[in-house]
Amino acid sequence: MSTSALHQARLAKFARRKRVNILATTLALLAMGFGLFWLFWILWETIRLGYDGMAWATLTQMTPPPNEEGGLANAIYGSFLMVLLATCVGTPVGVMAGIYLAEFDTKSWFASLTRFVNDILLSAPSIVVGLFVYAVVVSRFKSFSGYAGILALSLIVIPVVIRTTENMLQLVPAGLREAAYALGAPKWKVILSITLKAARSGVITGVLLAVARIAGETAPLLFTALSNQFWTSSLGEPMASLPVTIFKFAMSPYENWQKLAWAGVFLITVAVLGLNIVARILTRSKI
Amino acid sequence: MSSTLTRGASPSNSHAISSARAMTKLPPSKRPRTGPMVDRIFGWAAKGAALLTLGLLVAILTSLTISAWPAISKYGLSFLTNSTWDPVQEEFGGLVMIYGTVFTSLIALLIAVPVSFGIALFLTELSPAWLRRPLGTAVELLAAVPSIVYGMWGLLVFGPVLATYVQQPLQALFADVPYLGTFVSGPPVGIGILSAGIILAIMIIPFISAVMRDVFEVTPPLLKESAYGLGATTWEVVSKVVLPYTKTGVIGGIMLGLGRAIGETMAVTFVIGNFNQLDSVSLFQAANSITSALANEFAEAGEGLHQASLMYLGLVLFFITFVILSLSKVLLLRLRKGEGEKT
Repeated sequence: MSTSALHQARLAKFARRKRVNILATTLALLAMGFGLFWLFWILWETIRLGYDGMAWATLTQMTPPPNEEGGLANAIYGSFLMVLLATCVGTPVGVMAGIYLAEFDTKSWFASLTRFVNDILLSAPSIVVGLFVYAVVVSRFKSFSGYAGILALSLIVIPVVIRTTENMLQLVPAGLREAAYALGAPKWKVILSITLKAARSGVITGVLLAVARIAGETAPLLFTALSNQFWTSSLGEPMASLPVTIFKFAMSPYENWQKLAWAGVFLITVAVLGLNIVARILTRSKI
Repeated sequence: MSSTLTRGASPSNSHAISSARAMTKLPPSKRPRTGPMVDRIFGWAAKGAALLTLGLLVAILTSLTISAWPAISKYGLSFLTNSTWDPVQEEFGGLVMIYGTVFTSLIALLIAVPVSFGIALFLTELSPAWLRRPLGTAVELLAAVPSIVYGMWGLLVFGPVLATYVQQPLQALFADVPYLGTFVSGPPVGIGILSAGIILAIMIIPFISAVMRDVFEVTPPLLKESAYGLGATTWEVVSKVVLPYTKTGVIGGIMLGLGRAIGETMAVTFVIGNFNQLDSVSLFQAANSITSALANEFAEAGEGLHQASLMYLGLVLFFITFVILSLSKVLLLRLRKGEGEKT
């Protein structure tokens, strides 16, 4: 083969490789656009339709019967109360287990097993948690209750908090701990006032992410807290929550219920995305 | 406090003893220094919390098995292959729901895997540095949107759009083609297997692409730079260097997405149509999945066989996701271990 033919063949091959590359990178760009497209579409519809349903009455009145005026006040209150209490129950357990994995026992089989199981619980279907709480609490006491809802939500908080607490404690430099030990501090004091304090913003981020996660959870509440048409502050009774109310209203044929459901979706989306963004800002200023 | 107490002292007052010893300059005790009581209580509390997590898994498995026992003992494993679900006649089989769960999750993977790969490729190799963070955050926010929002959007906004602009044209095109025609038969109303699959795909894209992005970033820069130095194009570097190096991690990420898709409840419940019969393989057909059957029927199911059968379905669901998520975790751990050996 002459040199010029060889040169031609090389050029042709080079051109083909370049074309493949351009095709692949264009497809990657399109994939990125595809992902963003859904986010913006969902946000846009949520804002557009949710804003329509928003009114002062939405925040102050109770959930109405079909085709009557009303709001979401009891659902908002129920969600707020259950999320707050579930966070208060789940956070200490999660933080303590995270401390155990990061400070007491980093290498044994027990720690590895706990880590493994925790990562699975983190992604396990939340409806199974609902079934579990139903079997253990609701069917035993023969009544749906706010307590059962709180328990179900707190079981979802725990794995999230364990994961972030452990990760954040591992970022604390060993020198800090050693300095505290050298001054004669006992271990619990080193952990509580040195390492945990140094990892504070990271741990708070974890808690915020957990709150964001349970604020939108519907499945574990369906057969634990159920729902309630009226205002109740007694945790022993079925309790309304925003996600379950949205589920009920959105699947209904009544126009005013659907409108309220959109308002609820708007409220939840704003709260959850807001919490996520705050959590991100907290960790960014830290690292 | 006298210094004669040093030997044989109980550990609880060792603090006081050590200060006494320092004052009288006795030789150090041979007994190992145990911490004060608070220290041990703190340690126990931490261990207890970790044990609680392990216990939770065991408790979920046992309580589901106990509650499902009437159905397990009556149907055994034939529950998984029986497609009759009839609460009135009290006859239950889970095939329809299992079929719906598996089929929708596969559609979701089919869409989400290439897209997530593209997103990860874009964010690790192509994107300008200043765009990486905002774009990455935007994709991760897709994962933060609650599933009930996806569900409502899917039912009231996306479904009608899908019906008018995708399903009807597809039906017009393929209705007379053999084989393909059966996949697009059924009412084009935007509810069913296809729309559930697409919405699941959108929901798992952030999970898969986040894992892919993380594992792509562990590829040693030296390997990539060598390939670029030999004149490889971006695509060649990704497909021939990065992908082979990270393939276990990539598969782990896909498994994670699959586990998420199988366990997703609310979004599917809104759009799948909750139809308990299996009479066509059409993509447009309303169907049911394990999670949506639970969400719709459980609260109303009477105690007895109906509830036990639903619990059985929940147990099957938990078992499947447990296996898939374990596989995903093992694969990701293996990649991380290999990385540790090489560096």
